[in-house]
Amino acid sequence: MILDSGDTAWMLISTALVILMTIPGLALFYGGLIRRENVLNTMFLSFVTFAIVSILWFVYGYDLAFGVNALGGFIGSLTNPLFGGFLESKTLSTYAPTIPTGLFAIFQMTFAAITVALISGAVVERLKFASWLAFVPIWLTVVYLPVSHWVWGGGFLAQLGVLDFAGGIVVHLTSGIAALALVLVLGARKDSKLLPHHLGYSVIGAGILWFGWFGFNAGSALSAGNLAVSAMIVTNISAAVGMLAWMLMDKIKTGKPTLLGALSGVIAGLASITPAAGYVNIPAAIIIGFFAAIFAYTAVSWLKPRLGYDDALDVFGIHGVCGVTGAIAIGIFASPLINSVTTGGILFGNFHLILVQLLAVIVVGIYAFVMTWVIAKIIDKIIGLRVEERHEIQGLDVNLHEESGYRLS
Amino acid sequence: MKKIIAIIRPDKLEVVKNALEEIGCHGMTVKDVKGRGRQLGITESYRGHDYRIDILPKTEIEIVTKDEDVEDIVQTIVETAKTGDIGDGKIFVSPVEEVIRIRTGERGDKAI
Repeated sequence: MILDSGDTAWMLISTALVILMTIPGLALFYGGLIRRENVLNTMFLSFVTFAIVSILWFVYGYDLAFGVNALGGFIGSLTNPLFGGFLESKTLSTYAPTIPTGLFAIFQMTFAAITVALISGAVVERLKFASWLAFVPIWLTVVYLPVSHWVWGGGFLAQLGVLDFAGGIVVHLTSGIAALALVLVLGARKDSKLLPHHLGYSVIGAGILWFGWFGFNAGSALSAGNLAVSAMIVTNISAAVGMLAWMLMDKIKTGKPTLLGALSGVIAGLASITPAAGYVNIPAAIIIGFFAAIFAYTAVSWLKPRLGYDDALDVFGIHGVCGVTGAIAIGIFASPLINSVTTGGILFGNFHLILVQLLAVIVVGIYAFVMTWVIAKIIDKIIGLRVEERHEIQGLDVNLHEESGYRLS
Repeated sequence: MKKIIAIIRPDKLEVVKNALEEIGCHGMTVKDVKGRGRQLGITESYRGHDYRIDILPKTEIEIVTKDEDVEDIVQTIVETAKTGDIGDGKIFVSPVEEVIRIRTGERGDKAI
């Protein structure tokens, strides 16, 4: 194969788009939803995560995720630490034969970064900053790198035929489940309300996320062709349907459509179409976006208060639930007419696919939950996960960072 | 000299300010404030959860004036800020001991 400049240009742009999702997209989306006293800490978690993952990805992360199978397909082998030789040898990627290996690697880096940053939404307003700095590299190494190898790097789930186009399992399920495990160890905030201090930030953040998601999903075609176009269209439709579905739930349940609800529905639609974006058509995307928003609404408004966990910004309720929804929906709607890598789901008479999708969801879900819980326990023992009680009450910005988001003069 | 503090609905500021200007009352200090009285609260709803918001945003107008103008100003504010519903706000009048204009050092009524 030879390098295709069209594919390479599109993947460079896609990579930049996905970077924009974490910084500042996610930082703004989360930053608007918390108390004003914690706005800087909340935004900081996304930014610092991006920096840490950026470095570790090229020190050893890429190899462990996408290197040759080691330990029976559990993880990739570390053969080129510090991305040794790839830039100099100008090789093309074995995963995307028309673009440079380095481009595939940095595109994948942006996925690793946003996955870890997503988790931060669950633990805001009471997690020690130092604990987060410890959590990011450990969780990346112990959970993200193996799981991405299993599904995307030729590991054992990939060999079983599991499909995950842009990360419903690798990104949204792992981050959602990790969020749940982490808050169970961390405990609830003293005041666990969701009263956004500045929804305008979240509007900008959600807009950037929606925009960046085209790099995420259409970029996961790894080329600039029909598959990218198809992924872009179903991504957009699912987001739009998710938004309207959540507004409908708002109207039915509390009487008025809310803007935060609409934004949450957008994220639900986007997260749920993510695994399916390269395998399904428009009717499937409409169904996926609609049900994902209903499921997510139910998880955050009904399930969360009943179970009592304090997933502050609903990382599990939205990303976890919608990642699973999309991953399983592939087993129903996947179409060989959209993507020839699959022979199709139930609609095409194949019942095998939905079973491997379910298996992947269960295996990854259990693995992510158990490992995150253990990591959280260990960090809690050594550093302590929670800030001091008075710091939590006064706010983290002044106490952990000695700065404040809103100064009068 | 008297100080008038009027706590009104934020959306009434424009009409109150214009009416005061018509009766010759220009000087004022305006603040965004929060508080509560008999208007017990409103409901806000985020991601399917209802919250009672019981400290509500209001606008406070502070005016220092000559004794003889107090009644006119108070009347104007009452007329223009009133909707008749709970939550229209309150007016407080209190004595002021001294007023000094920083630029000239003038004191008393002349300095208002």
